[in-house]
Amino acid sequence: MTIMITHIFLQNYWWFIVSLLGSFLVFLMFVQGGQTFLFSLAKNEMQRTMIVNTLGRKWEFTFTTLVTFGGAFFASFPLFYSTSFGGAYWVWMAILFSFILQAVAYEYRSKPSNVYGKKTFDFFLLLNGSLGPFLIGVAVATFFTGSKFSLNQMNQVKWETQWHGIEALLNIKNLALGLAVLFLVRINGLLYIINTVEEENVVASAHKKLTFNIIPFLLFFLFFIIMLLVSSGFAADRVTGVVSMESLKYLHNLLRMPVVLIFFLSGVLVVLFGISIAVFKKSSKGIWFTGPGTILTVLSLFLTAGYNGTAFYPSIFNLQNSLTIRNASSSQFTLKTMTIVSFFIPIVIAYIWYTWKSISNKKINEDEMKSDGHVY
Amino acid sequence: MIENINPGLIDWSRAQFALTAIYHWLFVPLTLGLSFLVAMMETIYVRTGKEEWKRLTRFWMTLFGINFAIGVATGIILEFEFGTNWSNYSWFVGDIFGAPLAIEGILAFFLESTFVAVMFFGWNKVSRKFHLLSSWLVAIGASFSALWILVANAWMENPVGMVFNPDTVRNEMMNFWAVLFNPVAVDKFLHTISSGFVLASMFVMGISAWFLIKKREELLAKRSILIAGIFGLASSLFLAFTGDSSARTIARIQPVKFEAFEALSDGKQNAPLVAFGVLHGSGEKIGGKELPNFIFKIEIPDLLSVMTSGNKDAYVPGLKDHIEGNSDKGILSVIEKAERGKIARQTLLDYKKAKENKDNEQIGVLLKKFQDQGFRDNYFKYFGYAFINSPEEVIPEIYGAFYSFHLMVILGFLFILIFSLALIFLFNGTIGSKRWFLWILLFSIPLPYLASELGWILTEMGRQPWIIQDLMPVKIAVSNISADSVKTTFFLFVFIFTALLIAEISIMLKQIRLGPKH
Ligand code: HDD
Ligand code: HEM
Ligand code: HEM
Repeated sequence: MTIMITHIFLQNYWWFIVSLLGSFLVFLMFVQGGQTFLFSLAKNEMQRTMIVNTLGRKWEFTFTTLVTFGGAFFASFPLFYSTSFGGAYWVWMAILFSFILQAVAYEYRSKPSNVYGKKTFDFFLLLNGSLGPFLIGVAVATFFTGSKFSLNQMNQVKWETQWHGIEALLNIKNLALGLAVLFLVRINGLLYIINTVEEENVVASAHKKLTFNIIPFLLFFLFFIIMLLVSSGFAADRVTGVVSMESLKYLHNLLRMPVVLIFFLSGVLVVLFGISIAVFKKSSKGIWFTGPGTILTVLSLFLTAGYNGTAFYPSIFNLQNSLTIRNASSSQFTLKTMTIVSFFIPIVIAYIWYTWKSISNKKINEDEMKSDGHVY
Repeated sequence: MIENINPGLIDWSRAQFALTAIYHWLFVPLTLGLSFLVAMMETIYVRTGKEEWKRLTRFWMTLFGINFAIGVATGIILEFEFGTNWSNYSWFVGDIFGAPLAIEGILAFFLESTFVAVMFFGWNKVSRKFHLLSSWLVAIGASFSALWILVANAWMENPVGMVFNPDTVRNEMMNFWAVLFNPVAVDKFLHTISSGFVLASMFVMGISAWFLIKKREELLAKRSILIAGIFGLASSLFLAFTGDSSARTIARIQPVKFEAFEALSDGKQNAPLVAFGVLHGSGEKIGGKELPNFIFKIEIPDLLSVMTSGNKDAYVPGLKDHIEGNSDKGILSVIEKAERGKIARQTLLDYKKAKENKDNEQIGVLLKKFQDQGFRDNYFKYFGYAFINSPEEVIPEIYGAFYSFHLMVILGFLFILIFSLALIFLFNGTIGSKRWFLWILLFSIPLPYLASELGWILTEMGRQPWIIQDLMPVKIAVSNISADSVKTTFFLFVFIFTALLIAEISIMLKQIRLGPKH
């Protein structure tokens, strides 16, 4: 029996995979969120060490997810890769610089003779923690708000403003999503710290900080969602590929794709549930809900941006240059090859799960920090 | 393809890529090699149960971690730079080139980063066996990630397994196995990882020699020299072997690069191999470029003919053959190739025009052409030459290629000697008293770094002006951004990477001085 795998199916499948990677990335940026509290949460050196170490055991995982997200996007939607990275140069460069700093900061911060001192490396972590999620949020928001670029006959990009990505910061919707992501990862960071650190004072002040992050998160998030639902969007005709503005496009998308709507609503509810048990019941299990909730919500946003005949990377300079999952994808052969590779993903997840469980059987506390293991 | 070629932009983009790649490569080979050495030492620890071996393992593992972190930091930028700085390239070949990068992430980077965590945090938490397995998986993961990125790189030198699609204006993958088992990829993978093994072995030996000089940790130092000496000797022999095989492949696939690093201007029968030589201008020019001549050389008669064709009477073509053409040997001139490239390009432009005018008949005719094997082999194959303005443009920097190649090879043989001597002195028990030799070991640490970077400079500079051999010159591959933007990020990279490198070296030296923990 031969199964016909159509190009359209593969494009949909890969948009799903890329969206899934993106949503895991936003969840895993709890590491970045946690990094923003290094200075404010810890009252002494030992407390800071604990916070750094509990985050530090996961940083590489977030980092690798980012790298794989980039690679998978390149392989499956190369036109997005060449258009966005080559065009919105400065936004991506700023994101990358912040991750370069992070990658050395954990390993080097407490090593003797590290030249710049612990404070500097901790400041790198703070910088990465705030700039990274914010800018990634802004970049993702341009999936809905569009950018000023054109493509020539040869599919080569020209950014039609001198700002090369910085202009995205002037759009209020983009800013709202950037800030919503920043506060969301800060909440997840706090909940993760509450869940893994065994030190009363740290946990107590993390609980206190929660409220101050929940309110701005809700404000920015609601603002973005409302603006999104009432705004018009970039519809691509299924047959001709012609892109036009359709009012209430994203609302239509959610209604037309009930599964995505369910992802969205349940994601938001689960996030709220996780937050509320942490706030009202002082539970330490909040992250177990906000994590999956974050993944579902972000996933539904990505799917809304790409499915149902929508241009996921719109050009507001020339609508017809907008990228859709049809015109930006790799060839059928490449997607098929990559699909076979994607069957390994469950194995990857399985071994990650297994190893994490086996090395996290002890909570982060003073004893663990003084043990002879590897301490950042 | 691109409206206006901007030399400043091209140069800064190249400089930025070269800078970031060279920095990345300062750390990668040590990761590749040290991970295996650590895994071997840990294997002995698990087998014998002796705490001394555990101390040794953990000492080298600490150094591994310091290097690994900065390897990761410098790697991420390369991955995205293909998009940020070479976006036209990324579209033209993304259908093929993106796949290995994604596979690298999914299959290799997660393996590395997950098990690195066990390596560092798993002592006393997981069983000894599982910890050992993790160390091996880190080593295997590192080499596996090297495999995929090198497959991508090899494809640029020898584009195979694809077909050009005029609708999307890009090359599309047809045969994954051809991409994976590209002969250049096989050579490159084996040569590159073994260069990492050699580098790490020298690193371990050099530092161990320092401990012997200081009369500290003598037992541990000798054990390290034993492991690194054996591994280093085996790897350096293999390295020479794979280097030789790389050179043969290049003679076939990138003859101009080959002729440049052998400084072979004129083709000849019974061609000798120049073991070393000094070049100067010959006064003879092709276009604006002067060909070199030897003022001094040590040569082995006939060897180049034998190596390239297995026959001492074989003809080895020279640069002039490949630039000016040699009809006797069936070699096209650059001008001829450029004519054909221009025909291919014009066909593409005609196709686009027909599309615009919705001229279905014409579309059909031209599409057939692109699908025709004869057109592909005789015309499209030279597509990139359409952008070459004068024949000498396809000659890379000969002096750079020649010296980097020969220095690398000389160093390769020197390493074989050093590893052999170290093992001899270790086995006859005199190594501790041969202080001159210990100093040599210590001061040899930078040499494999030099050889390794020279190898990349040879590979990359030697393929100029191509970003993809014969299909795309570098000048049309760049992103459409301002030269000033790239200049700015270039200096930011210089500043940040140098600052981090200084911290890395300082931390590394301190950890070495502290020595293995008790
Ligand atoms: C032959 C080996 C080799 C070569 C030629 C390259 N790399 Fe590399 N790279 C590695 C071998 C490696 C490694 C051994 O796997 C590293 C080095 C240290 C480390 O942590 O992993 C790594 C790290 C590393 C990372 C961080 C991975 C993580 O999240 O853990 C990225 C994104 C890249 N590399 C990307 C690239 C790109 C885009 C390259 C080409 C232009 C490149 N590397 C050349
Ligand atoms: C880590 C080892 C590497 C080093 C040290 C290195 C070094 C260099 C250097 C010196 C150049 C500049 C050449 C010139 O402009 O004269 C260059 C260019 C380039 N290399 Fe590499 N390279 C490495 C690996 C790779 C790999 C693995 C790839 C692809 C997968 C790659 C792709 C490129 C590209 C796209 C350019 C820019 C275009 C060009 O100038 O040719 N490099 N590299
Ligand atoms: C012993 C004799 C050696 C020979 C005959 C040799 C040959 C070669 C050749 C022909 C290339 C060019 C490959 C290309 O352009 O694609 C190359 C590249 C390279 N060499 Fe060597 N080499 C030798 C020793 C070494 C040593 C000692 C090192 C470092 C320790 C080294 C590291 C490299 C690296 C990193 C590259 C770039 C990767 C690649 O393209 O394969 N080589 N070598």
